[in-house]
Amino acid sequence: MKTEAVTVQSPTVVVKTKTKESVFKRLWKHRTLLLMCMPAIIFFAIFAYLPMPGLYLAFVNYDYSLGIFDSAFVGFDNFKFLVMTGDLWKLTFNTIAYNLAFIVLGNILQIAVAIMLNELTNKWFKKVSQTIMFLPHFISAVLVGLLAYNILSYDYGVLNSFLKMVGLDPVQTYSNPEIWPYIIVITFLWQSTGYGSIVYFAAIMGLDKSILEAAEIDGANAFQRIRYIIIPWLKPTFIILLLFSLGGVLKGNFGLFYNLVGANNTMLYPTTDIIETYVFRTLMTNFNFSLGSAVSLYQSVFGLVIVLTANWIIRKVSPENSLF
Amino acid sequence: MEQTSRRNIDTSTIMVRIIGYGFIGLFALCCLFPFILIVSSSFSSEKAIMESGFALWPKEFSTFAYEIVFKNPRLVIGSYFVTLAITIVGTAVGLFIIAMTGYALQRQDFLYRNKISFYIYFTTLFSGGLVPFYLLMTKYLHLQDNYLAVLLPGLLSPFLIIMMKAFTKSIPHEITESAKMDGAGDFTIFLKIILPMSTPALATIGLFIALGYWNEWYNSMLFLSPNMEYRPLQLFLYNVVTSADFIRNSAAASNVPAQDIPLETMKMATAVVATGPVILFYPFVQKYFISGITIGAVKG
Repeated sequence: MKTEAVTVQSPTVVVKTKTKESVFKRLWKHRTLLLMCMPAIIFFAIFAYLPMPGLYLAFVNYDYSLGIFDSAFVGFDNFKFLVMTGDLWKLTFNTIAYNLAFIVLGNILQIAVAIMLNELTNKWFKKVSQTIMFLPHFISAVLVGLLAYNILSYDYGVLNSFLKMVGLDPVQTYSNPEIWPYIIVITFLWQSTGYGSIVYFAAIMGLDKSILEAAEIDGANAFQRIRYIIIPWLKPTFIILLLFSLGGVLKGNFGLFYNLVGANNTMLYPTTDIIETYVFRTLMTNFNFSLGSAVSLYQSVFGLVIVLTANWIIRKVSPENSLF
Repeated sequence: MEQTSRRNIDTSTIMVRIIGYGFIGLFALCCLFPFILIVSSSFSSEKAIMESGFALWPKEFSTFAYEIVFKNPRLVIGSYFVTLAITIVGTAVGLFIIAMTGYALQRQDFLYRNKISFYIYFTTLFSGGLVPFYLLMTKYLHLQDNYLAVLLPGLLSPFLIIMMKAFTKSIPHEITESAKMDGAGDFTIFLKIILPMSTPALATIGLFIALGYWNEWYNSMLFLSPNMEYRPLQLFLYNVVTSADFIRNSAAASNVPAQDIPLETMKMATAVVATGPVILFYPFVQKYFISGITIGAVKG
């Protein structure tokens, strides 16, 4: 009995000291690689993790002189206010509706461009047109705003010059909220289609050309080859990209909206205000830090739920593409 | 082969090609159109624009706007210098850290690689949002009116670290292994062997960082106050585009009477000056951006 107890006890002691030692030993063993990651770890600690507790702002009535954690606690009052004014619903609707339009129309156009590019035979034309189509992706949001102004300005814009030329009345673009969803979606497509089509174009390049040749020999015409071979081939890429972008459906493109609409164009807010622009205003014009944080917290939590759902679906559809 | 396929072209193929050339040609023209408009307007006289609006070809050719922009080039050159300095320093530092992190995180024998990868990736899933970030930068780090407020947040991004990981994965692990046998440390392996081998990846990622800095205006707008003399280029452009007073002030030293300052054409000329170099440079490096998005999409 005694000997048994000893033999049972001693290994546990050994194991205990071993694990305790080996944590440091392991850290020591990987010290160089750990140190190599240290700048990045510190960077994200400061610029991404440190602001997170600041979301507590959403539950207080923020007083700049008192600081975040000494301001008066108000519970869910900020959220109640956002719900009661209807702001939260409007922002959620606008942000999601715009993103869905971007995702659906964007992908359709990208696929169309990729398929068409693949059919072109003139190398020079292909290269030049591709270069031009990528171009809008590389300019700043500020310039996008100015380019749109060239077209939409009431007095000098090309749109109104054209309307006057064909005998129609000029439109007051910057005070007419109904047309802004179209303007924003078109600008988005203008800026992102060329660059986004690369992924689909690369996918078509990966298609075994002998399949297309075999179909041709079997009498499939060009339309049938696109419809029954190329489009089905692109389907998995499409589904994965779709799910990825659905994960970000609550995140808005601040630069695009802010520069297109302008900083203080209140008339257009009903159809152009998204979460990002609203939070920006609470901070820079209304100085209501708590309200802005409440919207951000809502966006982060709800957004996380959406990403987890999207990832859960990806894991079912194609496990090798799932994020985690 | 070439000959037979050419002979076998049927009507449907011809039709698809016609649609293809038409569609792509038209779309490319739409992409180019606003750029031509802006360049043309910048070379137009203010009077012609007041009378008949922006046009694809200047009704009345004039370089007056450029003359004013360059008559007192201090502000524009100062902006260029600020943006160039931020871009060069930020790209060099950011690229080095991203490469180092990316290499360490794809090493299969690195015990903490999954934990650190998730730690970095999580920041794309959940964030504190704008207000806490703003308070951190201004109230706690005191970076208001400091170029570091533009430089620091742009250094790293989870997306680029993931891209770097995907790139360096293609370097065989045996290279690291054999170097270790010869007694080289991890950092030496990275510096002397991995870095020189990953020049295409470094070019791609470096260009992504540089483009981000060059087009940066958001943090500049948040943290650099309007009374700062030399502001990053895009903020300078933003001020020119949105404020007539700013144009008048910046043109004041040119001795042109305030009412004669061509407000509209100066916006366009400033845009051309701020963007032109990038657009001319970009076709030469386009292939690196393409390889970036392809590997990014493959990896997710």
